[in-house]
Amino acid sequence: MIERSSTLVAPPARWWTPLGRDERMWLTVTAVWALAMFVMMQLVWPAIGEQQVTFQSYRVDPLEFNRLTEAFIQAHQVDAIDGVPVVAPPPGGDVYLMGQRFQFKPILRLEQGQTYRFLVSSLDVQHGLSLQPDNFNFQVLPGYVSAISLTPRESGVYHILCNEYCGPGHHRMVGRIDVGAAGQALSSEGVRP
Amino acid sequence: MTALIDGWRTCQVTGLRVDRSAERLIMFNAVTAVLYLATGGTFALLIALTRWQAVHLIGDPEWFYRIVGAHGAAMLIFWIVFFEVAGLLFGGTVLLNARLLAPRLAWVEYGMMLAGSLGVMITMLSGQATVMFTAYPPLEASPWFFGSLLVFAVGALLAVCHFIANVVGARWRGEVGTLPLFSFALLVAAILAVFTLVSGAAALVPAWLRSLGVIEHVDPAAYRLLFWGFGHGAQQVNLAAMIGIWYALASLTVGARPINEGLSRFAFVLYVLFIQLGSMHHILVDPGLGDWARGMNASYFMYAAVLGSMIHAFTIPASIEVAQREKGLTAGLFGWLRRAPWGAPGFAALVVSFVMFGVLGGISGVIMGGIQINMIAHNTLIVPAHFHMTVVAGTTLAFMGISYYVVPLIFRRDLFLPRVARWQPYVFGLGMLVFGAGMGAAGHLGVPRRHFDITFPGLALAEGALADPLIQTSLMVMAIGALIAITGGAMYVVVAAGTVFLGRRSDVPAVGLVDPIAVAPPAPAAPHDARRFEAPGTVALATVWLALFVYLYAVSWYNLSRVTWIIR
Ligand SMILES: [Cu+2]
Repeated sequence: MIERSSTLVAPPARWWTPLGRDERMWLTVTAVWALAMFVMMQLVWPAIGEQQVTFQSYRVDPLEFNRLTEAFIQAHQVDAIDGVPVVAPPPGGDVYLMGQRFQFKPILRLEQGQTYRFLVSSLDVQHGLSLQPDNFNFQVLPGYVSAISLTPRESGVYHILCNEYCGPGHHRMVGRIDVGAAGQALSSEGVRP
Repeated sequence: MTALIDGWRTCQVTGLRVDRSAERLIMFNAVTAVLYLATGGTFALLIALTRWQAVHLIGDPEWFYRIVGAHGAAMLIFWIVFFEVAGLLFGGTVLLNARLLAPRLAWVEYGMMLAGSLGVMITMLSGQATVMFTAYPPLEASPWFFGSLLVFAVGALLAVCHFIANVVGARWRGEVGTLPLFSFALLVAAILAVFTLVSGAAALVPAWLRSLGVIEHVDPAAYRLLFWGFGHGAQQVNLAAMIGIWYALASLTVGARPINEGLSRFAFVLYVLFIQLGSMHHILVDPGLGDWARGMNASYFMYAAVLGSMIHAFTIPASIEVAQREKGLTAGLFGWLRRAPWGAPGFAALVVSFVMFGVLGGISGVIMGGIQINMIAHNTLIVPAHFHMTVVAGTTLAFMGISYYVVPLIFRRDLFLPRVARWQPYVFGLGMLVFGAGMGAAGHLGVPRRHFDITFPGLALAEGALADPLIQTSLMVMAIGALIAITGGAMYVVVAAGTVFLGRRSDVPAVGLVDPIAVAPPAPAAPHDARRFEAPGTVALATVWLALFVYLYAVSWYNLSRVTWIIR
């Protein structure tokens, strides 16, 4: 005879009893589901998905990263908006993107269908890279570079919002990426001096 | 008459022996907790009315960020931890008929927690630590802020160790045998709390030394790993405590007895072994660690801890169903549910907390804790939407539900305004449901958390960002939900504070429904046909819930695949 007890009093001396039909059924179903979620995340999506978090990262001195970003801007700048440089890097190349209070720089002009290796870091505090309207997000840490390969498949204007609190001007920290149609990334307004 | 012998009294309702020194500490911790809840709730009102862009109540971003930080600290840390320490004192002494090991030490613990928490609130509100409660380096904050937080954490750690020593001591002396499941759950929570608080100290001590100028650099990635061992770990403590309270409320209100004691305990052991791995949920899109390590940890090692939660999700309603059926409520699949004591605040709090945590908080957490899907959730409003479903709709409401019993019994006063208490869980739950729907939708549309103004006035560069009109509607829904939930929270504060200060004194205080089985010794289960389900209604409900889980899981992967950028 199985004894049961309230959760507020000591259980019967023999409280380990065989599982009933209900528990056996539920335990089997949920264990299978837990395993399925694990396989999906660790094996299936890595094999078939186009949005992965397998990016590499490495340490960097923030000042050194700042120097590299400035050199990148100087080499490829085509314009400026509100004092923020606009840069059109060669298709398929490396792209430096630096967060600092309270801006992302530079503004990027990319070409649809090209793959760019984004090197993302911060000059000062932690920031959040939130690309809208697609809504994908990465944490940006000073002293670390995240090297993320990104391929825009559709042209248009994308915003980068900072979504990690970084100080009193956090809500004004916005960057931008303009993606031009294939072969036309640097057309007309793109080459204004 | 209350029997009073050598600092003990015997509770006339439950027959439990109460150590008077523990009783006073429970009172102070519980009242402090409720004061922090009221404070944090006031901040919640201001924040909700600011993020509702059409109202945008707070005009100064500096004050907005101060208040967001103070809201987080008051609610996520101080309300919860003071209440949990009150719960540990209750579960470690009263419930076990045991004496408090070192009352003086317990007062020191309380004093440290109170002083530390006040220091944190003062520094945050006076602008010396406008760094959110996460205080990610290299943001700068006053050494008084980190110092206060550490004093609080050490006080809490001592209180937890005191509880463990109390239980082990009572067991050692043979005063208690096998722990009741509720106390066992508290012990699990305490074990998790030790890990949590040690991890917190490991993160905060270097940050404190840096603020003093003793060391120059704190690695931001290492800090995030250690801090979330504390920040997320603390939520696992809440989880274990909340589930213990669910079991307790099920026993108190309908006389539920776990259908398989061993299985329920095994599920708690899974928490001890695996749940703290989940602290990596916060650094899934950080630089630093490899994706395999992050994935294994964020899955709680192949979802072993999720399995624990799914066991509780089944055994709690199943034990309620079996208890109801044993009372003769056997009509159909759900007759036991229809005839449940919906008017008892303890039962209402249990069901609303259980459903909201399980359906909204639990499912969303497991899904967005997946390493790839986290990309479309990280630091958007989806994150606070998730944890408001777990910590507020789940944990906080469960704490409210149990305090409808503990507060009258400890203060020996009748529950104040029982009619208000009766409606409180429903008002609070409805508010949180609306709030979560609005906040979750806004986050899904990309709205960042901890953000002063997503309309970016006067910022040409932001033109066209977050322009979907649904966003403004979602934020309005969120704020309206918050107003309803805050009303529900205020109802609780009125009942709790009213009971403490205005309730009619009584040795047999009116506490509402107590099923006699709740305090009765173990008894044989009613016989049933082993070829049929014992709790068929629960099997049906759990199947529907799992189907919803599978559906939402699939939808989330679909959403991720809709990101137009290829990310590698
Ligand atoms: Cu920022």
